[in-house]
Order: sequence, then structure tokens, then C-alpha cells
Amino acid sequence: MQFSRRAGLLVSGIASALIASMMMAPVQAADSNTATSLADFGGLAGLEAACKAEGRLNVIALPRDWANYGEVIDTFLRKYPSINVDSQNPEGSSAQELAAVRQLKGSNRAPDVVDVGLAYAVAGAAEGLFAPYKVATWADIPEGAKEKTGLWFMDYGGIIAIGYDAKRVKTAPKSIKDLGNAVYKNQVALNGNPTAANAALHGVIAASVAAAGADKGVKDISNGVNLIKAWKKAGTFLPVQASSATVANGQTPITLDWDYLQGKYAKSSAKVKWTKVIPSDAVIGGYYVQAVNKTAANPACARLWMEFLYSDEAQNLWLAGGARPIRLDAMVKKGTVNKKYYADLPKLPAGAKVIFPTFDQQTKAKADLAKLWGSLNK
Amino acid sequence: MTKIKSGSTVTPKPGFGLNSVMIFGALFFTIPIISAFIFSVQVGDGSYSVFAYMRMLQDPGLASSLWLSTRLALMTVAIVLLLMVPTVTWLHIRAQRAKRVVEFITLLPLIIPPVVTALGILNSMPGFLLNTPYLLGFVYGVLTMPYTYRSLDTGLNAIDVRTLVDAARGLGASWRQVLSGIIAPNIKSAIFGAVFLAVALVLGEFVVASLLLWDTLPSWMAIVGQADAEGAVAVSVLSLLFVWILLMVLSLLDRRRKVRVNVGGMA
Amino acid sequence: MTDLIQSHNEGAATQSGGANVSRRNKSNFRKVLFDYSGLIPFFIFSVIFIGLPTLSVVYLAFIGNSGEVTLANIRVALQAEYLTSLTGSLKLGFFSALTGAITGLAISYAVAISGKKKIQRVVSTASGVFANTGGVPLAFFFIAAVGNYGLVTVNLQKIGIDIYSGSFTLFGFSGLILVYLYFQIPLMVIVTYPAIEGIRNEWREAAINLGATKSMYWKYIGIPLLVPAVSGAFLLLFANAFAAYATANVLTSGTLPLLPVQIGSLVNGNVIADQSNVGMAMGLEMIIVVAIAMTGYTVLDRKTSKWRKSS
Repeated sequence: MQFSRRAGLLVSGIASALIASMMMAPVQAADSNTATSLADFGGLAGLEAACKAEGRLNVIALPRDWANYGEVIDTFLRKYPSINVDSQNPEGSSAQELAAVRQLKGSNRAPDVVDVGLAYAVAGAAEGLFAPYKVATWADIPEGAKEKTGLWFMDYGGIIAIGYDAKRVKTAPKSIKDLGNAVYKNQVALNGNPTAANAALHGVIAASVAAAGADKGVKDISNGVNLIKAWKKAGTFLPVQASSATVANGQTPITLDWDYLQGKYAKSSAKVKWTKVIPSDAVIGGYYVQAVNKTAANPACARLWMEFLYSDEAQNLWLAGGARPIRLDAMVKKGTVNKKYYADLPKLPAGAKVIFPTFDQQTKAKADLAKLWGSLNK
Repeated sequence: MTKIKSGSTVTPKPGFGLNSVMIFGALFFTIPIISAFIFSVQVGDGSYSVFAYMRMLQDPGLASSLWLSTRLALMTVAIVLLLMVPTVTWLHIRAQRAKRVVEFITLLPLIIPPVVTALGILNSMPGFLLNTPYLLGFVYGVLTMPYTYRSLDTGLNAIDVRTLVDAARGLGASWRQVLSGIIAPNIKSAIFGAVFLAVALVLGEFVVASLLLWDTLPSWMAIVGQADAEGAVAVSVLSLLFVWILLMVLSLLDRRRKVRVNVGGMA
Repeated sequence: MTDLIQSHNEGAATQSGGANVSRRNKSNFRKVLFDYSGLIPFFIFSVIFIGLPTLSVVYLAFIGNSGEVTLANIRVALQAEYLTSLTGSLKLGFFSALTGAITGLAISYAVAISGKKKIQRVVSTASGVFANTGGVPLAFFFIAAVGNYGLVTVNLQKIGIDIYSGSFTLFGFSGLILVYLYFQIPLMVIVTYPAIEGIRNEWREAAINLGATKSMYWKYIGIPLLVPAVSGAFLLLFANAFAAYATANVLTSGTLPLLPVQIGSLVNGNVIADQSNVGMAMGLEMIIVVAIAMTGYTVLDRKTSKWRKSS
């Protein structure tokens, strides 16, 4: 019959068009995927051209109000208006970023870069998820803050602080142990699930140090879990992820989170009088880490984004967000740091020594936490 | 107990206890919805505004996730119409012996938890399928199978299809006449029910979509809710309204045929 | 096999005379093949999208880190925090089914004997809608109602009642039991209503006319008739709560040990170093538990329909 022959031709026509387009689909220069520095692109102009050809950047888990990432993204967009930035799962955790890298391999939604906690960065590198890349300002990143071949490198950091709405919370908490006080019923929240999110993990480490002292606390996270369990019993702990919205509507009047994030909570609503304090019994610091996805959907743009992040401009934007950019010392020496934002950084309690949990300590804490956190409700 | 006269069919009326049970039921089901609506329009200092709704409606994520969910719902409806309806019809007319087997297969999605199905899909499906959201459409075709099969099966059971078809064929009707004159009018109500159940399930399905990292309406809602409770509540209210409107539309379309949409299996 | 013999006999009966048995066998076999052929698309679809995923989970549950066949995954899945998740889910399933069954049965019975057609129609449609209300919007409705900043919470606080003063919290076990009622009750109503309605008035009248009291009627007639339906429904509710994922994920996000949530977090990247296929073993656990419950339900449901069909 004529109809079925026409239908057959139509179907085979569509099929061959589909097959052709699939074979043409990934238009990535093989070079971008293996480039390890600007030199491989012949300089910044070459990199910019390669990225404009790709036309897209996939980032993941970058809330706009996290260390001023919103302005960082906007500034990048202003510099390169032809590039489309897809900001996926803004409130996602470090674990979810790595899961997306694994699961979306080969898809055009694959994240190009990740910004994760140290334990996750090292694990991801060991798993072979990242591509080595050294930004132009590589030398300014301190030793020990970067993997020597460029698989990962720290970007910004801060100190775990207690933030609270002075309007709702009448008794000012000063230490982490204070948070178990029944007067803070249903008010205390972490920034997410500590088995998956780096900020929450460090929150529990801070609790651990508060409970058992600097040495034991950092080595054995069960102290932190037990302290939070006591908070649960006293009714103060809320298993809700703190965010600008939960602060604005009063759901989480007290948060244990990075000091630069307490800044975003302060801006969340005119109705909260958000105050932050570095706890007296635990001063825990931590830096986040950048890495380029080995199977990035847009490898050139991934690398251009990195060059941008480590330029003075972006580092100062993070500083404006209250975080300590990794190139801070170098920028202070060179005089390129923004003096106003630098002066605004929170002061540490007198004589306090900041504890930076090492990679081994963080990994062990994460592993132990996976076993212990689920028992919180028992 | 009142003396019952022979021949009457007096049923006992519910006393105080059972009346309060029904009142409790009505309250329990309406309070969360009313709370959600009020929660989404209040601003916290006593005033009201539709700001949360405006914020959500302007979010590009709502449009794109809703569009994805709609496409998946349409794809699932297509599977119901193109796969399930012919299969169940064929089963009733030609292959009654296979009924037990087919029924068992359609119960499998109830026995295998959707989490496990998602896990299995991640294991076993080839890369090109995993990279397209339309894989979800096929999975939803599976997940809706128990409900759509049951709806269509009940519909065809209500009329003795086999006998009618044999009689019609015996009287000389062509297959086209049989399909349009006997099968179609009787199965229409069942199809409406099956389609409604499929759409409701697809619009609410979370597990598989979120584990496969697709932003359908529910998985997007959960992501939004992590940062914006009022916004998420607003979207939840909207999605419930949408399902109700859909149900009303299907009911109205169905009422013209004077048969009721058989949604819950209660005739 | 018996089917073929049956069809063979039918074939023999309908063909008048006819000598060649083998010809009849072949044509009957071809007829049977044709009869099943219309189901081929369905079978292919099921094999690909039900068979493959399920079998992959079952298969991988027994494959160790280096590809060898082993019971290590299952052993790990039955220890420590994984065992806690299993028992947590079993507990949740049981208590959710219990609360849902009792309340659902009460509502079902009340509606059935109220006799008002309008209520029955409303309940029928509402049950269909609520039983399918997705977990995510449902969680947010309850956050809006009884979350720590919800409407009901705040208004009760205004009159002096603090629902969070005891051990209740929306974001834990008690909260899940409460929220699950929202789809367990309609499910219970849907499943048990036909059974209750099927208790004929004639039986009640007959019993009364024969001198039975209300309690005797219930003891010897009413309850024995309802037991299969109710216990079957209980198993269905149990399986439903046991396998539920969305609501639990939104409300507890990992702080409550539950099997489906833990499988989800494994998929989401919380890598456990020792056994990489523990997730599959947990998936297998879920299949087994739900299969047992659903088999029980199917058996009891068949018993119930026997009564309904015969009357």
C-alpha cells in the first residue's frame, strides 16, 4: 500500500537523520580535554575562543548566596555574554556533586567543575574523576592546599560559627556546648546532612572538639554525634537543612555553619537580626576545593571558569562574601586585595588557634559518621 | 436494636462514635491542605501576599520541570493507549489462558519497590537510554501497569466481552465494527480511569526521577524545598489543584457517556 | 501442558468426524501460538523494563568486589547500620499499617453503613486522589501544618498546647507515621469498603430473626467475613509503608535509619569502601520482604472475593 511505503520512507529518513546527528554530536576539541594549563591553549585568548565555541558551562551546587557565588557567576556572564551558564542543583551537597559526575558521564548535562569538601576532592581524585589543570596563578596557592599535578586545588575557606537571630533567641549562645540548653528548643540546625555535605560535616567535627577537646575531638567523631544526640534528647536539634529561606521564615533560628554563610543568613530577611559568633570551645576551619571534571561536557569552559575563579577579580568577590580566598596572602603582598572586605573578616577569639582537620581526619570522620548518623533518632 | 420487619432492608445508622470518626477523617484530610494554602500566602508578620507564588511562577525551574513532567505524562498515556489497551483487549477476546500470567506480571511493579527499580535501571540500561529523560517514560509505563491493567480489566469484565464479540462476529460484523461498536464504548470509562491514574502517578513520582538525576516536577520541588519552604509549599498546592482540575475534566468528559470514572476500584 | 490437551479436546469436539489427529494438533498449536502472539509487545516491554532491572539487582547482590560470586554483600547488609535500616523500615511498616488499618477500617465502616450515597461518592473519588498523592507535595503540606513553624503548631501554641513538647517531631518516626496515614487510610478504605458493603443485610436480618444478639452476629458472622479482607489490607499497607521513599526522604533526609532512604543515599554517592554491591543486597532484601507481604495479600484477597462472588 502506498501509505505504508511512505511511512516506511519517512521512518528510515528520520532514523538516518538521528544517527547522523548522534555521530556529529560531541563537538569538543580533543585538546580541551587534556589541556593542563593556559599554555596548551596558546594563552587566555585561545582559551576564551575555545570556550566560546562550546558556548556553555555546567556548574553544580553553587547557591547564589554562598560566598557571593551569585555575583561571581554574574561577573563571568558579563565578561562572556555568549556563554550559557547552567547552574544545577544549587543546594546540592559535595556527595551529590560527585554522584552527578559519575552518573552524567557522556551526557551534555555533566558538570564541568566541582566545588567540594577536601575529603571528597581527594576521594574523587583517587577515583579518577578529575583532570589535572594548573591555573595561571598556580604559584600563589600555598603548598599543601593543592594536589601537585593539579587534580584539585583549594579555593576559599572559613571558620565554623554559630549564627542566631537575636530577635528570636533571647539568650546569646557563646559556645557549642551551649546549644544543648533547653531554652533553644527546636532551633538548632546544621547545613545539611553531615554524611553528604561538607559544611555539616565540619559542624559535627566542631561539636566533637567542643565535647572532647582539640586532640580527641578531631580524631573521634563519635563525641560530636553523642553531643548532637544529647541535643536531640533535649529537643534543641532540628534535622532540617538550614538555608536563607528557613532562616527568613523562622524555621531555623540558630545555625552551626561557616562564618561566611552566616553572612548570607543575615541578608535573608529584614526581620531577622542575625548575629554570628565564633564558638569559644571549638575553632574549626576548612577550605573548599575546586576540580575539573575529566569527563566534562564543556572542557574548555571548565578551564576558563577556573582561570576566572583564581583571578584577582573573583578572589575579591569571594572575599566580599566573607570567605577567605586561598590567594589571600599573595594578594595582600601584591596589594591587589580589596582592603575594605579584608578588614571586614571576622575576628578570632583572643589566642584561639584554628584547627584545620586534615584530609585523613576528615575521611575517617566521614566514614564513621556514615555508620553513626543514622542512629541519631534511636 | 429495633425490631426488623421481615422484608425490609434497614441498615444500622452510624451512631455518635462512627459519626465522629467520619468528622475526624474529613478534618484530617482537609487541614493539611488548608494549612499549606495559608502557609504559602503568609509573610510571617501577619500579613498576606502571593509573593511565594509569584516567585515560583517566575522561576525557570518550574516551567522546565513542569514541561518535562507533562511530556513524560503524555508518553505514559501513549504507552497506556498503545500497549495496555490492545493487550488487555486481546487478552479478553483471544487469550484468556494467559490471564494469570499477565496479571502476575502487572503485579510485579507492586512487588518490586520503585527504589529497587531505579537501582536496577542504573545497572542495566545502556548509556544512550540513561542520557534521555524519555527512559523515565518507559519506567512510568511499568510503574502504572498495576493500576491501568486493573482499571481496563475491570472495565472489560463488566461486560462479557467474549460472548458479545462471538455473537457479533457470528452475526457477520467485521472486526472494525466490533472494535468501534462493542469494545470502544464499553471500555471508554475504564480508559479514562486508567489515564487519570497514570497521569496522577507520573506527576507525583519522585524516586526514579531523582535517583536518575532528572528534574521532573516532584524532584525539582524537593530541591526547591531545601532552600525555600514557602515556595515549595506553594508549588505543592498548585500541583494538587492541577490534579483536581484534571480529575474534574476527565469526570466531565466521562459524564457525557453517563458512566462514572472508576478511580478507586469502588464501583 | 494441560492447556494444550484441553484445546486439543475442544478441537476434537468441534470438528465433526476428522481423522488426522496430527493435523489437528498442529493447527491447535498454531492457534495457541497466534493467541499468544498479540501479547508479544507486552511481554517484550515487560522483559526489558521489569525483568532486566530486577534481575540485575538480584544478580549483583551476589557479586563481590572483584566479580566473584559471594555472600559477602548479604552478610554486610545484615550487620551494623544496614541491619538498623532494615529493622527501622520493618518497624515503620508495621506501625504505619497498624494505625492506617484501624483508622481506615473505622472510616470505611462508618461510610458503608451511613447509607448516604453522596458521602460514598465523595469518599470514593477522594480515596482515589489521596491514595495517589505523591510523597513530595504531601511532605510539604504537613510541614505547613505541623512543622515546627506550621500553622497548626503555631495556633496550638497560642492556646498553650505545644505538640513538640513531648517526643513528637514531624521530622522523625512519629512524624512519618502521621504523614503516611494520608495515603494509608484511603488505601485501606479502597480495599476494605467492598468487603464491608458485601456483607449482605439479609445475613444480618437472618441472624437477628434466628435470635442472635449484636455481639453474636459479629463474633460468628461479621468478623470471620472481614478478617481475610482486613488482614490482607494490613499486609498491603505494610508493603506500602515499607517501600515508601519520597516522603521519608524529604522529612528525615538520612537522620532516620530506613532501608529505601539508605539505598538512595548509596546511589547518591556516599561511597562505602568495603562492599560495593551492598546496595544491591539491600535491594534484594526489599524485594523479598515486599514479595512476602504481597503474596499474603493476594491470597487473602482471593479468599475475600470468593465470598463476594458467591453472594
